[in-house]
Amino acid sequence: MNKELTKYLSSGHSACAGCGFPAIVRAILGEAKDEVVVANATGCLEVTSTLYPYTAWKTPWIHNAFENAAATMSGVERAYAILKRKNKLPGGDKKIKFVAFGGDGGTYDIGLQSLSGALERGHNFLYVLYDNEGYMNTGNQRSSATPYGAATETTPAGRASFGKTEMRKNLMDIVNAHHIKYLAQANVAYMADLKKKAQKALAVEGPSFLSVFSPCTNNWKFPTSQYVAIAILATETNFWPLYEVENGKHKITLEPKNVKPLTDFLKTQGRFKHLFSEKNKPVIDRMQRIANEEFARLVSLTEKEI
Amino acid sequence: MTKDIKKLALTGGAAAAEALKQIEPEVMPIYPITPQTPIIETYAKFQADGEVDTEMIKVESEHSAMSAAIGASAAGARVVTATSSQGLALMHEVLYIASGTRLPILMLISARALGAPINIHGDHSDVMGCRDSGWLQIFCENAQEVYDKTIIGMKLAEKVNLPVMVIMDGFNTSHSVENLEILETEMVKHFMGERIAIAPLLDTANPVSYGPVALQNSYFEFKIDQEAAMLGATAEYEKIANEYEKISGRHYGCFESYQAEDAERIMVLTGSATGTAKVVVDKLRQRGEKVGLVKIELFRPFMHVELATILKNAKEIIVLDRAQSIGTNAPFHSEVINTLYEANEIKKVKSFIYGLGGRDIFQTQIEDVFMGKQKDKYIK
Repeated sequence: MNKELTKYLSSGHSACAGCGFPAIVRAILGEAKDEVVVANATGCLEVTSTLYPYTAWKTPWIHNAFENAAATMSGVERAYAILKRKNKLPGGDKKIKFVAFGGDGGTYDIGLQSLSGALERGHNFLYVLYDNEGYMNTGNQRSSATPYGAATETTPAGRASFGKTEMRKNLMDIVNAHHIKYLAQANVAYMADLKKKAQKALAVEGPSFLSVFSPCTNNWKFPTSQYVAIAILATETNFWPLYEVENGKHKITLEPKNVKPLTDFLKTQGRFKHLFSEKNKPVIDRMQRIANEEFARLVSLTEKEI
Repeated sequence: MTKDIKKLALTGGAAAAEALKQIEPEVMPIYPITPQTPIIETYAKFQADGEVDTEMIKVESEHSAMSAAIGASAAGARVVTATSSQGLALMHEVLYIASGTRLPILMLISARALGAPINIHGDHSDVMGCRDSGWLQIFCENAQEVYDKTIIGMKLAEKVNLPVMVIMDGFNTSHSVENLEILETEMVKHFMGERIAIAPLLDTANPVSYGPVALQNSYFEFKIDQEAAMLGATAEYEKIANEYEKISGRHYGCFESYQAEDAERIMVLTGSATGTAKVVVDKLRQRGEKVGLVKIELFRPFMHVELATILKNAKEIIVLDRAQSIGTNAPFHSEVINTLYEANEIKKVKSFIYGLGGRDIFQTQIEDVFMGKQKDKYIK
């Protein structure tokens, strides 16, 4: 494998074929100009990269628990600040960038408080959410990132159920409420866009945030060869718009020229299969409305701020 | 080394802060909770006045306080935090991660009752709730011990690469003013030395992975090693306590034995009630009663053989717990029974529970216990 590509995360990890996060990790860390120290919430990335006695990490890495990657990083980052100030850094003075990775369970749900605290305190770190829209590591349970209508093991479709009945939480707005300098929503299928956002996020002195779309072959139920194609459809249908908020200003970074109907995205995955019945037509209609309204709201935010 | 001895009148909380000022930890993640808060407030004022240089991280919960402490300790810094009661309970998950990752962290505890019902006053329910968490637990009787054991505990944690709790009784000790002796700051700094971290996370030239997944083929060995480290920590504790005695003149061990040598009835307890019990022992001795007591100083690891030696000649052991272990024997009671059984000693053991939720215990009550007049298991 390309040495530059595997500079931080080597090959030989045990992530599923067709999983998006190794590419996400490599794309983001590949943009780092300084040394990198990584914190990782419990989740797929953590378990597949450090099965003792092996590790896929070629840069310092710490996993603490599920909900506390941001708090753990707070401690690491402040330790760095004072050891640097006191000229006691191991191996002498150097610049280090701190990057935390968490899935949506560890970020939207159980780790939200820890993330909020670290953002509010202004630690100098980048938090990367790889969003596969549910608890995939534990076998596909709903999280607050799971979209309305999706079937999971805890929101199964059935005679009396069309899957998840609630809309996913708008985490980007929550993060933005912390007045951080840079946050962006990206997608593993749009590498150039992702790398550019990583550059900007890494350049910030203080907290920054990336939310990256990361399809899950196992639990969204699609062939392993299709993760990029499906991720592209998410953006082309406005299900997952690509945008950034830089110093408070919203900007859509890639606007699909011809927006495709949401069903083009939904029909590629087993988790939405049940929606294509006559009875669940209103659910699909509502999902389309949600996508339209969310995108219109985003556009209005960019216009308002000009 | 008897330079001018500095005497101060301080609460237990302020005594802890005074010791911390001299230690000057590099990172302190902090979160308020009664009755611990005076420790971090006092330290924050030292920081505000430029007397210390510490990164105080004002986190949003105790869970994050311990999480940040773990991150900072893995990074290679000297790390301290403090908590009580619900805060310690909230940390419970990550306490095991701190010890399992073999990270030195000093945590001061103002021991307090656990809800429900909610109660802000002292007892040992909180610290007993984490007695199996792999942390060393050192109890203090008074403000002087808090000051001394804060210094000993910090050095010990870094020596054995395990986290250490130094425990004072909430309010009884944390908020009571006592006269105590303070060492010169230079002396404390020399005693402490610098932390030499093993494989710190910030050594980017030699990257390490902290907190991997260990499954059926390796988890067991990690835990066996961890227990060996814990058991080995006793010798280091005693060594450091002896070194400390040389500069302070004050002796600490695993247990403090008071009038126990020829005692027929020995009381086992810890914390602030020990001071009251010592007065009662003196009084009863004057009346010719052969009574004594043993104060537990190092509760984790627990040195059964050493305790058995102290209890050897006693006919009756009276155990006072300031916590329950609902559904079985109270914590100290269990340890004493274990101690005697393993030493092949059959003795009469009486168990009493006192002081829950900050209930006072008086000399008369302790006297009644010694004299067999206290029948109820609960000293109310």
